[in-house]
Amino acid sequence: MKGQSKIIIKNGRVCDPANNIDEVRDIYIDNGRIARPSKNGNNYQIIDASGKIVMPGLVDMHVHLRQPGREDKETVASGTAAGLKGGVTTILAMPNTQPAIDSVENALLLADMVKKTAQANVFICGTITLGRGGKELTDLARLKKDGGCIAFSDDGSSVDDDLLMQKALKKAREQKTLIICHSEDRSLSAGGVVNLGFTSTRLGLRGISRESEYKRIERDVTLAMNAKAAVHIAHVSCRESVEVIALARKNGARVTCETAPHYFSLTEEAVLGYDTNTKINPPLRGKEDVAAIRQALCSGTIDAIASDHAPHTENEKDIEFDRAEFGTTGLETELAVAITELIDQKVLDWPDLIAKMSVNPAKILGIDKGSLAVGKDADVIIVDPAKTWVVRRDDFISKSKNSAFIGRKLKGVVEYTICGGKIAYKSRG
Amino acid sequence: MTWTRKDLLGLEELTKDEIELILSTVESFKEVSTREIKKVPALRGKTVVNLFYEPSTRTRVSFEVAAKRLSADVINIAVQESSVRKGETLIDTGRNIEALKADVIVVRHGASGAPALLAQHVGLNVVNAGDGWHEHPTQALLDMFTLKEKLGRIEGLKVVIVGDIAHSRVARSNIWGLTKLGAKVCVCAPSMLIPPAIEMMGASTSNNIDEALKGADAVNVLRMQFERDTEAAFPEKLDYFKNFGITRERLNNAKKDIIVMHPGPINRGIEISSDIADGKNSVILGQVTNGIAVRMAVLFLLSQARDGVVERREA
Repeated sequence: MKGQSKIIIKNGRVCDPANNIDEVRDIYIDNGRIARPSKNGNNYQIIDASGKIVMPGLVDMHVHLRQPGREDKETVASGTAAGLKGGVTTILAMPNTQPAIDSVENALLLADMVKKTAQANVFICGTITLGRGGKELTDLARLKKDGGCIAFSDDGSSVDDDLLMQKALKKAREQKTLIICHSEDRSLSAGGVVNLGFTSTRLGLRGISRESEYKRIERDVTLAMNAKAAVHIAHVSCRESVEVIALARKNGARVTCETAPHYFSLTEEAVLGYDTNTKINPPLRGKEDVAAIRQALCSGTIDAIASDHAPHTENEKDIEFDRAEFGTTGLETELAVAITELIDQKVLDWPDLIAKMSVNPAKILGIDKGSLAVGKDADVIIVDPAKTWVVRRDDFISKSKNSAFIGRKLKGVVEYTICGGKIAYKSRG
Repeated sequence: MTWTRKDLLGLEELTKDEIELILSTVESFKEVSTREIKKVPALRGKTVVNLFYEPSTRTRVSFEVAAKRLSADVINIAVQESSVRKGETLIDTGRNIEALKADVIVVRHGASGAPALLAQHVGLNVVNAGDGWHEHPTQALLDMFTLKEKLGRIEGLKVVIVGDIAHSRVARSNIWGLTKLGAKVCVCAPSMLIPPAIEMMGASTSNNIDEALKGADAVNVLRMQFERDTEAAFPEKLDYFKNFGITRERLNNAKKDIIVMHPGPINRGIEISSDIADGKNSVILGQVTNGIAVRMAVLFLLSQARDGVVERREA
């Protein structure tokens, strides 16, 4: 642990669902960890958190940091800094970088960048296939043992070959590691840029069908069941996908899943006007899908909320819709969107929301985060749940400004982010 | 009412009043093309740039003739010979044209939404001359003007649009325009060529042209495109002609005076028979003539709005 800080966070509503705590109390931090209350309060820096919510730092298990290769879009440094502003203290970095994290060498390269420049905790995801080409498996065992990868995904692509995916799942089970699926059947989504339906028709754009997502999820969970492997479905966007996952779970599959804030807050109508910041894969869907996603968060079918933070430069977004890159940024807005859409609309209460954004992701990844028990890493955030703000392009810390939420009014501001026991971010007020 | 929009990007966002304003403005400009000296000074000193990313003869020439009859200077940018080949972006192209102090950009582009993107970044008037599968507003306006001219009204008409609806900007613009003015629109095509949820745009759908033509006041025949790589539902030209082609025999089941329209260019023997294309029901060439007046009206109204001075032209 770098340095020693003694901090007391006083009078905040401490919401720590991992330990069943939700009450006003003080949090003591010492030497990078949550500490027991001390009688000697003199050396402590005191933060008054009256009226605020004190919770574990967010664990975002789906973030594209773009390093190595596309440092013009984002870096480990800028991405983690952006995360801190959004209350994110732990990130799982997705491996579709250049080069992809498909070898121990590349994993260690990234690990080194993390060690030298990360402002928050970064864990590394490896790829399932070499170069994400879907043809040859990576050495999962070595990537885990020597490369330090804690999960595997070809995110951005799905592994089309059933046999290969089967092999990957068997290997993952053997290595006791997690496969994260970007479930998309490209033969059914080919060339599509928005949800197939009224919006694609009125905008004159090629549509991405829902089948392309839920049929591939069906395949992924079935193969996982057969291999008795754990599988995590990324960015669930439509109601059939939720149904497929719920059914699979009922049949005993070890499947977890996540959704992103845009899928429980925006519909395909946000695309009208051709705003390329709303061009996302999977695409924004219909009203019924947003309702189904919210319902699934409430019922527990969806375990986690992850941003799928996908930074892109202006050159790749301020162009014709067809040609623009897919993706929206998310680190700096995810908590506020969740507060605005889920807490405010009474879809989830605070303990549930915190679970979805820290406890559950940590559990799924098998990392020791998301708890404010004594002795745990002092990754703590202090949130003003009532403050409203308007999302502005120029306010983003991320190198990229492609947010689907620009111009929207959100509720919820992170006032302090404490990472590893030190104040890593403080809002300007 | 007065026209206030900087751009004409589509008919979806226009109100009924705005469409009627354009159509009433067309009347006065139609008269100009019947004079010996086909010119009015309305756009004298203005520069209209035709920026066509997709090939076109008809629309481009029509806009050029329209602009020239308004006394504007016209520049045609052949995109294939321009810096677009050197990778210049659409926005940069637009900004450069703006820096040359042009007044209007008429843009045709293969990507839906391209005119909207351009319009956001330049202060010039932007006219959509067709973007991808999205809209072709001046085509629909001239289609509607022609219908009104022949049948006296739009409201209450039953109009059938037949062809590759899924990929047709002409179809979409026509659906918006016609339904806003109270017509009933039916789109007819093999099911693979009808896009999802088109009913939500206000059109009914049919896979049977004979059924659809019953009681129709007009049929707008779209060109069947066989050069498209992946989208063709009818690989055999003959099959389409047999099942959906507009022929004398087919029209025998329709109203005797049914109006036959086509945005052109026509493929004789594929979507329409020669005798129908050239026959008494056809208004195809009349559409072309009206296209000039429609584009004159559009250029005029947009230009006036930008100047901040708008006069109501009485028909």
